[in-house]
Amino acid sequence: MREIPVSEITETVARLCIEANIDLGADVEEAFRRMKETEDSPTGKEVLDLLLKNAQIAREERMPICQDTGLAVVFIDVGQDVHFTGGSLEEAIHEGVRQGYEKGYLRKSTCHPFTRKNLGDNTPAIIHTRIVPGDKVRIVVEPKGGGSENMSRVVMLAPAEGIEGIKAYILQRVKESGSNPCPPIVVGVGIGGTFERAAFLAKKATLRPIGTKNPDPELDALEQELLEKINKIGIGPGGLGGRTTALSVHIEMMPCHIASLPLAVNIQCHAGRHKEAIL
Amino acid sequence: MSREIRLETPLTDADVIPLRIGDRVLLSGIIYTARDAAHKRLIDLMDNNQPLPFDIQGAVIYYVGPAPAPPGKPIGSAGPTTSYRMDPFAPRLMAAGLKGMIGKGNRSQEVIEAIQKHKAIYFGAIGGAGALIAKSIVSSEIIAYEDLGPEAIRRLEVRDLPLFVINDTVGGDLYQEGMKRYAQAP
Repeated sequence: MREIPVSEITETVARLCIEANIDLGADVEEAFRRMKETEDSPTGKEVLDLLLKNAQIAREERMPICQDTGLAVVFIDVGQDVHFTGGSLEEAIHEGVRQGYEKGYLRKSTCHPFTRKNLGDNTPAIIHTRIVPGDKVRIVVEPKGGGSENMSRVVMLAPAEGIEGIKAYILQRVKESGSNPCPPIVVGVGIGGTFERAAFLAKKATLRPIGTKNPDPELDALEQELLEKINKIGIGPGGLGGRTTALSVHIEMMPCHIASLPLAVNIQCHAGRHKEAIL
Repeated sequence: MSREIRLETPLTDADVIPLRIGDRVLLSGIIYTARDAAHKRLIDLMDNNQPLPFDIQGAVIYYVGPAPAPPGKPIGSAGPTTSYRMDPFAPRLMAAGLKGMIGKGNRSQEVIEAIQKHKAIYFGAIGGAGALIAKSIVSSEIIAYEDLGPEAIRRLEVRDLPLFVINDTVGGDLYQEGMKRYAQAP
């Protein structure tokens, strides 16, 4: 049994909230540079350059990449041999979000759904906990902006619609999203499970580093096919027209009910923000 | 090739009518921030014949909820929010004199028609480039609805704010045209 004081969780979550918001991932920067080479639109190239410049300013001046510093989505994998001391784990995560958003000059975006009153500290965090073997704790913070989240959907397809139905739905979703979710986007796809599990898988898929292969060859091929088709739609960087509409398509899949074919599409903006720590 | 045009607020018909989709504009002067909640309150004021918190004649509204200003800076990260959420309110404001809107993403048919009718303009700022855009903002002051936090109405002084013309007074739509130009058969 390993003891971890919850204060360590708070400190780590606070740090990850700040880092995720100001330090663009190396995989994203690399993708911007790579896509610039294949981008035919001069405006599209210019937008990719501006996004690289934006990332540099954010890093140098410790400013958030984007003013929408998101709802704090926190994935926490807890080793089953860990014992947390000194308080509630969930409260420690919320406190980490509270502190990170305050100290990092990040925008607080949580509000009451009806009155729209801003809650002022960006809590509650959206927490996904998993118990895993071992005595480590892995924490990933993914600040998720409203613009891209609003373009995301869950749909229960009829099983007869099959893989062609899945492809058609994803392409239509990206096309209808247009310039709203801040392209070039990362398309997170969840297939199977239940209604809520499909959505979770799609969100989890957005965390995979850009440029890595799907370990399942069938899904890898599907990701490549979808990326190619998405980049023929013409939306382009910033939605101003071009070849670079998506940086990547990531799919997570699991078995589903014989009566169902759940499909979730979680659109992630070009910043693809997330940071990870292991305790 | 797209042109680069410098404009100063408040905007006039003479500023707005020659603009065409794809034009790059560097905007300077005073602009006002407003998002969903502030728009609703502005419309409520108009419904009750109350004065607006700023002069709407020739005004430009920026759809943004900035991040808090770090020490020594006038404002935090300040990129555009998605504009369609303001579509139900925008035509009323244009009828009252609003000349320019800055945001990101597609507008409704009603907004596109109102832009033509009232000789207004819709500018796109680059979504997710909030740190870069903040460099063009010289000063920021809350003038109304402080209780809305990031959604309060701010008076911003901007210098050479980099924008693209998305919807112009002759019905052009850069998002549609840009997509058509680069679309390939699947």
